[in-house]
Amino acid sequence: MVAAAMISARPKTAKRLRWAANANAWLLLLPALVLLATFTHYPILATLYHSFFSLGRSGPATFVGIENYQAMLEDDVFWQVLRNNLVFALATVPASIALALLMAVWVDRKITGRSFLRLAFFTPTVLPMIAVANIWLFFYTPDYGLLDQILRFFGFSGHNWLGDPGTVMTCLIVMVVWKEAGFFMIFYLAALQTIPPELKEAASVEGAGRWYFFRRVTLPLLMPTTLFISINALINSFKLVDQLVIMTKGGPNNASSLLLYYIYEVAFNFWDTTYAATLTVTLIAILAVIAITKFVYLDRRIHYQ
Amino acid sequence: MSEIVVDAVSKTWGGVGGVDRIGFKADAGQLLVLLGPSGCGKSTTLRLIAGLEEVDAGTIMIGGRDVTALSPAERRISMVFQSYALFPHLNVAENIIFGLRVRGVGRGERDAKLRKVADLVGLSHLLDRKPSQLSGGQRQRVALGRAIIAEAPVCLMDEPLSNLDAKLRHEMRTEIRGLQQRLGMTMVYVTHDQTEAMTMADRVILMRDGHIEQNGAPHELYNEPASDFTARFIGTPPMNIIPWKDQLLGVRPEHVVLMERDGLPAQVRAVEYLGADSIVLCDLEGETMAVRQAGYCSLQPGTKVGLGWDNRHIHLFEKDGGKRRHDGARPH
Repeated sequence: MVAAAMISARPKTAKRLRWAANANAWLLLLPALVLLATFTHYPILATLYHSFFSLGRSGPATFVGIENYQAMLEDDVFWQVLRNNLVFALATVPASIALALLMAVWVDRKITGRSFLRLAFFTPTVLPMIAVANIWLFFYTPDYGLLDQILRFFGFSGHNWLGDPGTVMTCLIVMVVWKEAGFFMIFYLAALQTIPPELKEAASVEGAGRWYFFRRVTLPLLMPTTLFISINALINSFKLVDQLVIMTKGGPNNASSLLLYYIYEVAFNFWDTTYAATLTVTLIAILAVIAITKFVYLDRRIHYQ
Repeated sequence: MSEIVVDAVSKTWGGVGGVDRIGFKADAGQLLVLLGPSGCGKSTTLRLIAGLEEVDAGTIMIGGRDVTALSPAERRISMVFQSYALFPHLNVAENIIFGLRVRGVGRGERDAKLRKVADLVGLSHLLDRKPSQLSGGQRQRVALGRAIIAEAPVCLMDEPLSNLDAKLRHEMRTEIRGLQQRLGMTMVYVTHDQTEAMTMADRVILMRDGHIEQNGAPHELYNEPASDFTARFIGTPPMNIIPWKDQLLGVRPEHVVLMERDGLPAQVRAVEYLGADSIVLCDLEGETMAVRQAGYCSLQPGTKVGLGWDNRHIHLFEKDGGKRRHDGARPH
């Protein structure tokens, strides 16, 4: 009231006050803005810019239009890593979500040793990917690796798990599911605990069995969580490649290489930076499509409390 | 018929709370109210009847069938929860027919029943809404609809009106009672609100600390309270209870009169004007006496008054344990 009276009485002061408020807000935003602009927005724009130019190893870089993109479409390795990445995503995302849900439902119940189980399921999450990759590298090592030792114990012969193009992808998928599921379980567990217990009681009075209740009530109520997790898992499947550096270097014969690892190779092993920029723009476009699908399409179709 | 018999039922959680050897009977087609302060065991009793908790000892019979070891679904009951327990992702229609779907009732029958019930609880125009788009009273109706659509002979209600405002509560009270009588359901209704209990019940069971304090018709609880606890719990304002000789003397506020002369000397402390009547709070030798006066009362705080009452209106209770005395000497 007092402020309003002052403003109507003295418009100049009001203007100055508003300006001060605006400046204050911008100052508060500034640190984040600077960091985002310097390390995210500018690099994206610079990458996009470079993807339209020639490499310029001998002489200045020249504008080549979409020539780099045409080269990309003709690059067999690009198609292979993209295919690898799709297989990797389609296998890891549903598997890790299903496993996470299973574990969450299990440890949500009143069982003895519940805290211990929760901790055990969560442990792979706190390990760095590099460490996980080294552990699993030992599992998969031919002859004296854990897997081969167990196989040999039962009388089977050993196998070069990571050296065979037919098995290497499966090996990596199993490892990543193991690593990711515990993290997603935490989200499911939190969501399960927000479902009021009376719903279960009301359903049991109506004669709904455990499975019916899970299918018709629990699952739909967990949908927002499932969506959040699947988007995260999908993005992770495109941006998490640490394991390749340790375990396979993308081999054998690019059988385990993923898009991001291929970008790394092109940029820092082959030093073809403009082609790397072209691939990066493609990766960003894929991730953007995923994010937009979530925010524009899926969010509207899901029940939020 | 589907009367409910609870016989010597006990339930504790490691010796804490619960109920201790309670027994009562709810006649078929009647509305039985379990009344009491929070923590008295009334909700536990209801959940034991529903089968949501297992009894430690005793038996529960519904319609002549021993249901003690049966699951909630096998007991053929319906239930309304305090929080309504509506499924937030399902619309009104799906919430109401949830149980029919579980039991695989055919589409035609389902639709017919839904139309009838929606009409009965006044939700026909809201069937496509989600619970979050409804007011408290409408949610209550959905819960009610879900409970009556199965036509279970027994309906259990756990403080169904406690989340509603006063006006709506009054409205729903009449409505629930009307439904119960029209459909001939046996209803067990838990509440801590004695007004709800008195206005709706055929029979009231007042509970305290896990046992039954009194079991009777509303007028019996009011006119012949079995203990000073009942006397203090039933009635607004509650019965005045003062020590007298070696016992407790109780008299209802409407039976106390302000006298010009004579009477016990007292002093007006405050007057609460309620419209139809006023409650005059008086100070009688350190005890508070509430006096109901018709209409508006203009007495000022500090005024000296005399209090009197008819002997036929007094209730006597033992000093230890508070049990009602039927033979006690009456003061003159």
